[in-house]
Amino acid sequence: MCLALPARVVEIPEAEVAVVDVDGVRKRISLALVDGVACGDYVIVHVGYALARLDPDEAQRTLDEFARAGLAPQAAR
Amino acid sequence: MKYIDEFRDGGVARGLAAAIAGAAEPGRRYNLMEFCGGHTHAISRYGLADLLPASVNMIHGPGCPVCVLPIGRIDNAIELAARPGLILCTYADTMRVPASQGLSLIKAKARGADIRMVYSSADALAIARAHPDREVVFFAIGFETTTPPTAVVIREAAALGLANFSVFCNHVLTPAAISNILESKDVREIGTVPIDGFIGPAHVSTVIGSAPYEYFAEEYQRPVVIAGFEPLDVMQAILMLVRQLNEGRAEVENEFTRAVTREGNVKAKTLVAEVFELRRSFEWRGLGEVPYSALAIKEAYAAFDAERRYGITYRPVPDHKACECGAILRGAKKPVDCKVFGTACTPENPLGSCMVSSEGACAAHYTFGRFKDVAVVARPAAVPVVEGARA
Amino acid sequence: MSVRPGYVRPVDFRNGRVDLTHGGGGRAMAQLIDELFVAEFDNDLLRAGNDQAAFAAPPGRMVLATDSHVVSPLFFPGGDIGCLSVHGTINDVAMAGAVPLYLAAGFILEEGYPLADLQRIVRSMAAAAREAGVPVVTGDTKVVERGKGDGVFITTTGVGVVPPGVRIAGDRARPGDRILVSGSVGDHGVAIMSLRENLSFETTILSDTAALHELVAGMVAAVADIHCLRDPTRGGLATTLNELARQSGCGMLIDERRIPVRPQVAAACEFLGLDPLYVANEGKLVAICAADDAPALLAAMRAHPLGHAAAIIGEVIEDPHHFVQMDTSFGGRRVVDWLTGEQLPRIC
Repeated sequence: MCLALPARVVEIPEAEVAVVDVDGVRKRISLALVDGVACGDYVIVHVGYALARLDPDEAQRTLDEFARAGLAPQAAR
Repeated sequence: MKYIDEFRDGGVARGLAAAIAGAAEPGRRYNLMEFCGGHTHAISRYGLADLLPASVNMIHGPGCPVCVLPIGRIDNAIELAARPGLILCTYADTMRVPASQGLSLIKAKARGADIRMVYSSADALAIARAHPDREVVFFAIGFETTTPPTAVVIREAAALGLANFSVFCNHVLTPAAISNILESKDVREIGTVPIDGFIGPAHVSTVIGSAPYEYFAEEYQRPVVIAGFEPLDVMQAILMLVRQLNEGRAEVENEFTRAVTREGNVKAKTLVAEVFELRRSFEWRGLGEVPYSALAIKEAYAAFDAERRYGITYRPVPDHKACECGAILRGAKKPVDCKVFGTACTPENPLGSCMVSSEGACAAHYTFGRFKDVAVVARPAAVPVVEGARA
Repeated sequence: MSVRPGYVRPVDFRNGRVDLTHGGGGRAMAQLIDELFVAEFDNDLLRAGNDQAAFAAPPGRMVLATDSHVVSPLFFPGGDIGCLSVHGTINDVAMAGAVPLYLAAGFILEEGYPLADLQRIVRSMAAAAREAGVPVVTGDTKVVERGKGDGVFITTTGVGVVPPGVRIAGDRARPGDRILVSGSVGDHGVAIMSLRENLSFETTILSDTAALHELVAGMVAAVADIHCLRDPTRGGLATTLNELARQSGCGMLIDERRIPVRPQVAAACEFLGLDPLYVANEGKLVAICAADDAPALLAAMRAHPLGHAAAIIGEVIEDPHHFVQMDTSFGGRRVVDWLTGEQLPRIC
């Protein structure tokens, strides 16, 4: 449920309004629910609102974790 | 797409699949419920079941706000839309849900009701502002992810002093639903439906944080891992649950650290608390009456409450006799166990909540997985090497 | 001051609107036809002024196809209902491997529709017909009362002739055949949605609307025995594959990684919760041929600008259930089912 996707903030034309970009597709969304968003940040967008800022360091840590888990010694399926 | 594609990498998936297979103890079964419809969708769409060992059994939970919306509430929405001059704004998800007397919102629209699909609550507010002479009602549905956007527009409407805008509120709460499942007879009784652990919802958790799940882990001694929306997130969460179960732990772990913190989105939660209050009870399709599981608009914002404004009376409507949604939502049965699955009940003609939305267990299985129920088709030869070009 | 003899006030395309007299059969209608349709479509058959167009049929099997166009909005990035109606019917004819010869166009106009916009649409149709080398040689105009139409509805009918030896039909796919697509999927549907009320986002995705008959001619010249051709319009690639599977009595297995999807289309679909496989296309085709013919067919497609991104996406298999299965980019396998109703965006 709750279809949402990470999008990059490319413009903040007014207070509480951002233009976000995903692979060249841009949309105006509301920043009413998240403070301190700056251009270049990634936000999670749901029904036209940013719900949270995405933490790039945590994202990388998570990807590293996937890779680490994949390298661990494994039993045959 | 950044932060999306990397989390869908097939190569990494194989590594995680091997890790899960390696971690799963021989002779032990792992029954894991993914609460959230988005996770159900991811599992189906990416064929995740193919990558899991047979000992890991995924149970699809009720986490689809459209699926659990009772027929009676759709009837109320249709009633509102039928009022002359009223504009009903709704998310597209509700349009095809069958209601009483063979109606649905899309059919009501065909008969002349002014029903408009919106992507955002903000669009509904804009319509109200653009048509000051018309009554505009926003049909609000969704879990905790979708509730703050509704709170924002109610507050804005109040600030603007809008006289023609109101909200028909059907927001529901995740923890209450999880409790209901864990409290159900099938689950509590030993040997019926063991649910060993939960994959916690992704985006609900960005709002409510990971803290609310600590109660379940503690009270019911079952691990919860909050997982992101992408297939690799789900696999990693499954691995973390398997490890917790092996180690006899029952903790809340967060796989979706890039967007979820323990406290969640405080600003959003505060806004929601300002505008909404708990209903004592609310009917969930397939689960019956669930206490303290839904929200109503507070007295202070009564002017924007469509239920008060239009004197809406809720009339419960029972589901089809053969419908097994209740058992399926609790994980007690699988879609194929239902007598009408795939015959009388299909995505084109859904009889129960699990088939209504593409996130429902039955719809997901029908759309993505039913070919596995039939005799295996002979594997074809590999497609030739001539590569396709990606535009 | 005297009135110039024979003076007829020209149609006011700048500020005028369609009214019921334009469909009434009288002078106003004749004038509109003359100053708009005949003027823009500009060919001898139409200028002859008859209720029908007479022409000699070339030798060979004839193909007849018709399409009604009700697209909304009428103007969208990359096209409009006018060129769409020309491309759509030319494509239906071309999917039989036939060479399109002539088009007929019927218009249902809503009272009150601006003549300036109608002129734009007709000019677009005329340009598309000219570019394709397929003239609009006869037509009809009706006007309905305000509120009973969506501005403009257009029905186009096309006639063509099949080259000797060509037999292309939906029931000719056989296990072992290869499935090809001529380019990226989902462009048209996304371009349309980007304009729809309340779904608007700023994107440069253009509709892919195009006439495919020349691409097809090149394909037929390269591979004499193409089994199936179909253009995946409403319901998208998934629906077309399911149709062909059912007609041919077989199954299909495709590879998600091989299906071309433009990044912007993928992104727009993510926003709205849509699956590009189910989104409409108006300038693409699906081709099915024997495995041995696939490399040559692919080369012929890629040689044409409208097929530059063509790809082999899978193969036809034995399957009594006629499922279309897909190996996902993730490594799993799933069924790509028929579209249920109309694909709508979702929040959950």
